[in-house]
Amino acid sequence: MNYEVREEHGAVVVALEGDVDLESSPTARKVLLEAVKRKAPVFVDMSRVSYIDSSGVASLVEALQTARKAKTGFALASVSDAARRVLELARLDKVFTIHGSVLDALSQVKS
Amino acid sequence: MADAPDTVKKVLEVTDLVTHYGPRLILKGVSMSVRDGEIMVIMGGSGSGKSTLLRHLMVLERKTSGTVRLLGEDIDKLSARELNDLRKKTGVAFQGGALFSSMTVGENIMLPLYEHTDLDPMTMEIMARMKLEVVNLAGFEHLMPSELSGGMIKRAAVARAIIMDPKVLFMDEPSAGLDPAVSSSLDDLILRLRDAMNMSIVVVTHELESAFKIADRITVLDKGEILFIGTVEELRAHPSERIQNLLNRRAEDDTIDPDEYLSRLTGDTTVGTATL
Repeated sequence: MNYEVREEHGAVVVALEGDVDLESSPTARKVLLEAVKRKAPVFVDMSRVSYIDSSGVASLVEALQTARKAKTGFALASVSDAARRVLELARLDKVFTIHGSVLDALSQVKS
Repeated sequence: MADAPDTVKKVLEVTDLVTHYGPRLILKGVSMSVRDGEIMVIMGGSGSGKSTLLRHLMVLERKTSGTVRLLGEDIDKLSARELNDLRKKTGVAFQGGALFSSMTVGENIMLPLYEHTDLDPMTMEIMARMKLEVVNLAGFEHLMPSELSGGMIKRAAVARAIIMDPKVLFMDEPSAGLDPAVSSSLDDLILRLRDAMNMSIVVVTHELESAFKIADRITVLDKGEILFIGTVEELRAHPSERIQNLLNRRAEDDTIDPDEYLSRLTGDTTVGTATL
């Protein structure tokens, strides 16, 4: 798994790429929790995530809860159908805010 | 009745599998396969060899001859460590649940993660709670197995079996001993796992209603031999009397092989033909 963290329009965009699985999810968790600490809205760009397993989803859940405690925004963007099905299985599609794209997400920050 | 064509990706492939328990021949050259993302139900009467076949598919038994390929790997060509790594990509829900009575439900479910990963404890706990949500046992992580009903134990066993997101899930009699409503909801869960996670699921059951509801294909075993492999529709329409007897749950008293029966009762395979 690769990742990139960048700031855009006052938000933090974490772009994950590749497989987020048992091997790589500890890195994803660390990156996401560090992003949340910046006290700015965090958008996770999942457009290049080819596969995400339960450990990856658990990292997203922990980051979301940490963001809520810190009263900062946390949302997902460009979630693939396969990843969405994994989220839906545990009804997490009702917990996460999911944007169609990072641009959509950022436009809400700007407006 | 044909097995999966060669072009279809297979997660499990058994060829000419022969196995004995002591001198007794249990599987007599079984060949079958499981496709990627399909639910394969294995059926058969008592002593048909279906549970033995399942244990071979799970690589828990030593075979006499034949080959077993799991996720593309010939298990005979793997080292113990490679085989262990391969097993991590499979999950097993045993008939009785096989939960450890001294551990909470949550600890039982997290056990494979403790054994096989170095994940942060918080990640493990969230994963366990997610799986409990999936099997409709949300909030039950602090209970002991003894505090669960039979249906709940089966669900907890499924949660543990899928904690590592296996490619292949094995289920031994998931509906046995459950009332129809609980059994039906477990069937729904099996279908959701296939659809959401593209999991290949191998289910051994003698519950016809459940089999017909969940199966993409069914393998019927009888006396250690494959009687049928195909879809539910093909099974229903099959002209074989033996298969229709199975579907209609009629006893096959007239099919007893006296020599085999005598050998089975006495444990002596050298008796030969019973003559006066």
